[in-house]
Amino acid sequence: MSILVNAASRVLVQGITGFQGEFHTARMLEFGTTLVAGVTPGRGGTAARGVPVFETVREAAAATGATTSCIFVPARFAKDAALEAVSAGLSPVTIITEGIPVHDAIEVVAYARQRGVRVIGPNCPGVTSPGQCKVGIMPNHLFHPGPVGVISRSGTLTYEIVAALTRRGIGQSTALGLGGDPVVGTTFTEALELFEADPQTAAVVLIGEIGGSAEEDAARFIRARVRKPVVGYIAGVTAPRGKRMGHAGAVISGSEGTAAGKIESLQAAGVRVATLPGQVAELVAEVLR
Amino acid sequence: MKLHEYQAKELFAAYGIPVQRGALVEDAEQVGGLTLTYPVVLKAQVLVGGRGKAGGIKLAAKAAEAVEHARSILGMSIKGERVDRLLVAEAAELQHEYYLAFIVDRTARALTAIASAAGGIDIEEVARTTPERIAREEIDPFLGFQPFHARGLGRALGLSGGALAEFVTIATALYRLCIGEDAELAEINPLAATPAGLLAVDAKLILDDNAAFRHPSRPANEELTALEREARASGLSYVELDGDIAIIGNGAGLVMSTLDIVAHYGGAPANFLDVGGGASEANMQQAIGIVLRKPGIRTLFVNIFGGITRCDDIARGIVGTPAPVPMVVRLTGTNEEEGRAILEAAGVHAFLDPEEAAQRVVAITRAGAA
Repeated sequence: MSILVNAASRVLVQGITGFQGEFHTARMLEFGTTLVAGVTPGRGGTAARGVPVFETVREAAAATGATTSCIFVPARFAKDAALEAVSAGLSPVTIITEGIPVHDAIEVVAYARQRGVRVIGPNCPGVTSPGQCKVGIMPNHLFHPGPVGVISRSGTLTYEIVAALTRRGIGQSTALGLGGDPVVGTTFTEALELFEADPQTAAVVLIGEIGGSAEEDAARFIRARVRKPVVGYIAGVTAPRGKRMGHAGAVISGSEGTAAGKIESLQAAGVRVATLPGQVAELVAEVLR
Repeated sequence: MKLHEYQAKELFAAYGIPVQRGALVEDAEQVGGLTLTYPVVLKAQVLVGGRGKAGGIKLAAKAAEAVEHARSILGMSIKGERVDRLLVAEAAELQHEYYLAFIVDRTARALTAIASAAGGIDIEEVARTTPERIAREEIDPFLGFQPFHARGLGRALGLSGGALAEFVTIATALYRLCIGEDAELAEINPLAATPAGLLAVDAKLILDDNAAFRHPSRPANEELTALEREARASGLSYVELDGDIAIIGNGAGLVMSTLDIVAHYGGAPANFLDVGGGASEANMQQAIGIVLRKPGIRTLFVNIFGGITRCDDIARGIVGTPAPVPMVVRLTGTNEEEGRAILEAAGVHAFLDPEEAAQRVVAITRAGAA
């Protein structure tokens, strides 16, 4: 088992003929993902990396049985692409695109809620269930199937920590990048709920960062509902107030969003929080013992 | 990006939100010639908070006094920010101060209207001490913020009659502004009851940088330093800090974590540069050029975990940009062997472990400073 995507997932790529879309289509195929269709308006009837390209998501889904979408469409067109995927009922809809206006993200998330569709991202590296399916841009070679679920607001920090787990011989059930924007389709809390219910997952790694209160919300949920051990790491302990640290969502505003506050909340909920990213794998090994 | 009060008020006026008559001056001698009705209030135009406590807001009963205040405020420094502009506005008699804002609520994942009868003070403080004095309305983006929502909030503030009607006009206009200008935060604090009706006495707007493509005529972002602006124009994410170790990495989370690791071992990062995913040799050269231009840099720390980014591209960028300061590189991931070989050939050792590398750069920085 795993969460969100698995061996039965049939992936559609929106923006498949663009530079990023085509490059990562090739990597997903190498990973073993069942990638069945692409959509680029104006390019229907062609193929990219051997994958048939359609004009619309509905046509593509009808012709290929696609179940889930991965979006590489540029930011100014990404809202339309995401609404199209949600409207067609694909789920999850994973939005890799960075730089989407926050009011656009709000519309996409609201529409997805109405339609009962899960959105992942935007501004995220996607979701990988080792040995089964990869949707997005995570590097293929880092992963190994196993018992640890990984949830993160950061791409490269996920890779760093997954690689360290794999080096220690600890595999992953699913690694999920939530995205670095202030409004995202899937939160730590929702991902924790999925991992808690997944029989393959024995422990969860939560990689947070400054900005917002998603980690504090997760801490409340862990205390109330999560029985599996959780190991945490929070980036941005030394980040100054008011500065946006690379991610649109990584900013301390007023007294909200500090790393210290997040670490304190998680520890109070029984989460083992690492001081340095290099300690995460060791803490996971301890909780799995 | 955050706007100055005078910029926010220009937008307020364009959307029909009542503001005081006023003028912007950059020279104290201009103040005497303004055709405003006294008394006036002089307000330093800075982006940092707390300007009132710092002496950046003064009341003047007549022109001579206003010129004198203008001389003292212009050129002063508020939390490190120099005052170059002054908003001179006709003072209003504040009978009551309310609070009204539209803010992107990250947890609700919705634009949310927030209103309170306890205006004029820090709203976070009100939320902590008397949360019952705050009224909220989460907005369905497909329904929008309708007049009935505004009436509901106005009633929660205790408004009725003409004041309620004015509040509805202002609140719906502020919502239109928020959507029309792609604001993350649009705040009026205080929204004041005056003998002439409700008035936006202060104005705070934070615009969504991601939506800049929809607003080609937006003013320049004054929150950024010159180098930060230049980096942004090149598509690099760069933030200036106070230390002496220049930091480059790939991915916002990894770079934030790199700052923390360096600080953990006693170092002080000078800046933060995220070259992003899939950085090319040219991106890397540009990145090194930018971080080293900040004055006072003693060392350079490059921390790369190659995912989409290829270590050989990074290594070529490093060896192609001779750094005038000692450099420590941590390089691992995609095409690691090729990347390390390129660095070794140029006499640059590449660490695999970020913590070892951080300790090394801190040690070199200290030795250089001694």
